Amino acid sequence: MIHSVFIINRSGGLIYNKNYTQQVAQFSSNEALIFAGTFHGIHALASRISPALKGSATRDLGIQTIDTKGFRLHCFQTPTGIKFIAVADLLHTSLVDVLSKAYRLYCDYALKNPFYNLEMPIRSDMFDTMLLQLVQEN
Amino acid sequence: MATQAGNLLKLDTRVSKRSNMLLEQSTAKPRRDKVGLGAFAFLLAEIIRYSQNRVLGIQDLEAKMNEIGKRVGIRVFELMMWREKSVHRETRVLQTLVFINTVVWRALFEKQADSLGRSTENDDEYMITDNEPAVLKYISVPKEMSSFSPGAFLAGIVEAIAECCQCPARVTSHLVPAEGMPLKTVILLKFDKEVMDREKRLDSGK
Repeated sequence: MIHSVFIINRSGGLIYNKNYTQQVAQFSSNEALIFAGTFHGIHALASRISPALKGSATRDLGIQTIDTKGFRLHCFQTPTGIKFIAVADLLHTSLVDVLSKAYRLYCDYALKNPFYNLEMPIRSDMFDTMLLQLVQEN
Repeated sequence: MATQAGNLLKLDTRVSKRSNMLLEQSTAKPRRDKVGLGAFAFLLAEIIRYSQNRVLGIQDLEAKMNEIGKRVGIRVFELMMWREKSVHRETRVLQTLVFINTVVWRALFEKQADSLGRSTENDDEYMITDNEPAVLKYISVPKEMSSFSPGAFLAGIVEAIAECCQCPARVTSHLVPAEGMPLKTVILLKFDKEVMDREKRLDSGK
């Protein structure tokens, strides 16, 4: 079950967040922004301190999952530096497929929407619906 | 000099042979010249974005999209008259509507429009409904602009074709979201008075 989804733009700004269950702490919008900024920072830090793997792109480095006792946080970074984050229960070992599908939805329903401004929060009903559908399928 | 020109000539033929596949298809083959929806979506989005900075309000924006659609419509009409061997130019209101509903929609979107109806309130108003206009697939209108109907572009196409068929009408589009069909668009044609008068004359002359 996926509890919530965050999307962070390439400069660490939160452009989308949504909770799908009541089982996770409900962030206020300010807290969510701080979370996004912090995560962006430690992600950058993690990719710098990891021993350089020859031949792997920077996007393969950095945080991929954060495990806790109650949930697992998955992060998928696109080649362009946008981060798709999902908080899910421990049953999911990898959500790369789901998050890359979310990336596709972003490319379709946010970028092709004439009313979307780049790097700004996504406010699109179509995107909401399609993402909800995707989350419910998993 | 001569060899240089020869080289250029050779190069030219090579280029044209390669582009033959995509760019030099015959206009007469309607089934083959398809445009990627993604490419078109980007183009339309950019047109809307560009227009948005050059208008005063939502109505003005719709008028502009309508105008752009009209330019497309005139050309589409001409192309279809030439391409479709079986159709001839319609002049009656009903035939014009059926022509738009079937032939035009099929040529543009590879499907028929979902319904065609007459307004119950006014005799001179007709509606063409498309449950899922492909060209608007990725568009979500924000709440502060909820009165904007992106179908204005389609309305423009329809308006131009109605005009070309000698049935000028004022065409507007309305977003009527339904369950599972967030982009359901109704295109409303209000025919000019002369057209309706002419229809009556033609009917009584039978």
